[in-house]
Amino acid sequence: MSGEHLVSALVRDEPRVLTRITALFGRRGYNIKSLSVGATETPGISRMTFVVGGERGVVEQAMRQLQKLHDVLQIIDHSQEKYVDRELVLLKVRVDKDTRLEVRQMAEDFRARIVDAGRQALMFEVTGDEGKITAFIEQMRPFGILETMRTGRAALIRGSNADIASHVYGGESQALAALASGLSPVPQPREASSRDGGEQ
Amino acid sequence: MTPTQDSPDIRWSGAGALWASLEAHGVHTVFGYPGGAIMPVYDALTFFPQIRHILGRHEQGSIHAAEGWAKATGQLGVVLATSGPGATNLVTGLADAMLDSVPLLAITGNVASHLIGTDAFQEADITGITLPVTKHNYIVRSAEDVPRVIAEAIHIARSGRPGPVLVDIPKDVQLAACEYRPADLRPHPPLPPREPEPAALAAALELLTQAERPVMMVGGGALDAAAEVTALAHAWNIPVITTLMGLGAFPASDPLWLGMPGMHGSVAANRAISEADVLLGIGLRFDDRVTGRVRDFAPRASIIHVDLDAAELGKIVSTHCPVRADAAQVARALKEQAPSQIPERPDWLAQLEEWKGRGHHPEVWGAAQAVRQVVARLGPDDILSSDVGQHQMLAAQLARFERPRRWLNSGGLGTMGFGFPAAIGAALAEPDVVSMVIAGDGGFQMTAQELATLKHADIRNVKICIINNSYLGMVRQWQELFHGERYSEVELGHSNPDFLKLADAYGVPGWRAEDSASLDEALEGWLNHPGSALLEVVVPSQHHVFPMVPAGASLSEMLETEPVRAGVMQTGTVQDSPDGVEAPGDDMEAVPIMALDAQRGGER
Ligand SMILES: Cc1ncc(C[n+]2csc(CCOP(=O)(O)OP(=O)(O)O)c2C)c(N)n1
Ligand SMILES: [Mg+2]
Repeated sequence: MSGEHLVSALVRDEPRVLTRITALFGRRGYNIKSLSVGATETPGISRMTFVVGGERGVVEQAMRQLQKLHDVLQIIDHSQEKYVDRELVLLKVRVDKDTRLEVRQMAEDFRARIVDAGRQALMFEVTGDEGKITAFIEQMRPFGILETMRTGRAALIRGSNADIASHVYGGESQALAALASGLSPVPQPREASSRDGGEQ
Repeated sequence: MTPTQDSPDIRWSGAGALWASLEAHGVHTVFGYPGGAIMPVYDALTFFPQIRHILGRHEQGSIHAAEGWAKATGQLGVVLATSGPGATNLVTGLADAMLDSVPLLAITGNVASHLIGTDAFQEADITGITLPVTKHNYIVRSAEDVPRVIAEAIHIARSGRPGPVLVDIPKDVQLAACEYRPADLRPHPPLPPREPEPAALAAALELLTQAERPVMMVGGGALDAAAEVTALAHAWNIPVITTLMGLGAFPASDPLWLGMPGMHGSVAANRAISEADVLLGIGLRFDDRVTGRVRDFAPRASIIHVDLDAAELGKIVSTHCPVRADAAQVARALKEQAPSQIPERPDWLAQLEEWKGRGHHPEVWGAAQAVRQVVARLGPDDILSSDVGQHQMLAAQLARFERPRRWLNSGGLGTMGFGFPAAIGAALAEPDVVSMVIAGDGGFQMTAQELATLKHADIRNVKICIINNSYLGMVRQWQELFHGERYSEVELGHSNPDFLKLADAYGVPGWRAEDSASLDEALEGWLNHPGSALLEVVVPSQHHVFPMVPAGASLSEMLETEPVRAGVMQTGTVQDSPDGVEAPGDDMEAVPIMALDAQRGGER
């Protein structure tokens, strides 16, 4: 199954840690579609969330490669848990005296804030999940989008547990049990596998 | 007080801390080559006479020697190099060690911290360059960090699935004062071997119990589990295939041994894979040279894959039963659960016995015959290293290993130039056995300068055998079979050196043989000479390595023997045909190999 996969990682805050991670995906020809990184509550540990495109099986294999990196402490596969994700977008939209009001009203519906206002353009700040952001951008497109900057998605697992995913690649017994019992989607049942992927 | 370049206090510096740390980790032999950015380390070495440093003649030679040391002993290999060109000369060896999971520590000097990133003299971003070919790498930022980083680096190199780790130390960090105490130098305790999950074990047991045509496939990850693997095979009466990297993990004299699988594997091994109903793989990664066309690999089998590295499970072949655990632990556990009545499997074993009789090299003079005669002289504890090419595949097919870590070769990267320096490393680790290398006339010249190392380190047990076919034989074979006999840039004979004179120039005595009888004679002189020696065996150019699975073909499309004439193959064993080509039956039918290959696109 091809598509977008949302993954978070807790990593050591070391030089080149980002290079190590992106290189792994790059090597398999996958684009990281978005990436956000920041410090965590624990000094020396950063959290990153990234969105990668590609076939599920191969992305999962890449995640297990990631888990092997010394600087990667934990990989959280968000397809396995309920999570909250948000992205912040700055959007500059063209306006004139006829459209100004309409654009402002539409933005209000999306709870987008005006952060800069000029005679010919308004800049909005909007926060939300993927669906909301996409919808907002589509609404604004007819008026003329001048510039966009997106921070990339940031995600956290719901609930009161901290940094614990039931499906942690390469983590201790849980991952092993999942792998071994075949519950994990990682080792595909033979029939549904990439066997017919043909010549590599 | 800050140590200066001419102060004995260099002992109490980052450089001194490096040697003290290595010593605390049991390192007593290192390989390397000095230069400007690592001079404080070499200076400090003079205060550590317990540590033996082997000066090579090229950093690539040094790192392959460290690999040879590590592959023969299973222990950490250590190599040192200076910044810039010294460091970049290590890259091939690091990539080699990465692919073959060799525990290796590479120490490089670098320009002073304040110069890093300024394109200073002999600066190379070696941690950037080696990022994809090391298990991990470090730049050490301060002298106090040296003991911690070395302990960590060695721990990473050795634990789990082993691999190379590079530690880059800027020159100012080497020189800076560092008052390390014994407690700072202590190694990390090794990780306990990973046990299999009961559920995984149960699933594996169920598959094995129901198996009628089981086969085991054992790779380099099982080299330290040879006893357990052997006991497991006997308890369940399961035939065993050993991959190129796993040769020796199961004794070749055992009737259950089927040989090596893959591109130049044995008929028995490849047929067993194609017919088996359960394939138990232990410590291997299903390299494309082993699987042939993946979609047709083991088409009738449920696959149990045991590996320590979760990222290998399901990477190439999909697996019914992945078991992430230490090979020895799994083998022991499965053996304990063996049925009280050993399964007899008469039909399956009889079938395999028949296949074992097929696909052998004819007894005519050529590289195969030469290799057969040479490897017959190896004792069970002797070490055989090989370079890369036809001679390598012949050695892998024809040598008989009774125990692990007696066969050293560059499996994953296929590095020409590996064999000879690796034999040097192994010879230093085990001075009491013969450390033999079989190399091609091409590959030997890639690291021939290490002949000087034999003398430098007074190494007396390296026996170099060059199979001189006057060609880059393996490439020639592909050009003949898959590129319409257009021999492009593979002829060496005209420009090869006189190998005996070359050896003589380094003070190494040489023998030459040109046929079977003269080889027997030369072997006596070569092996009985009380020191390292070279043997050149001159063989015809036109021979091929068979059996062969063309690139992209399935194992069942293996070509068992030499073509009847150039460009034409015997394909008597083709069963299923790929892509709509008519399948000949068991009645030998000649098919132009080009036709087979055109549809797959060979590659090398
Ligand atoms: C460093 C390197 N360069 C190129 C190759 C490609 N290659 C594989 S086998 C081979 C020929 C080796 O010739 P030789 O050493 O004479 O051995 P032979 O095959 O003749 O036994 C070559 C060029 C390689 N494996 N490694
Ligand atoms: Mg040759």
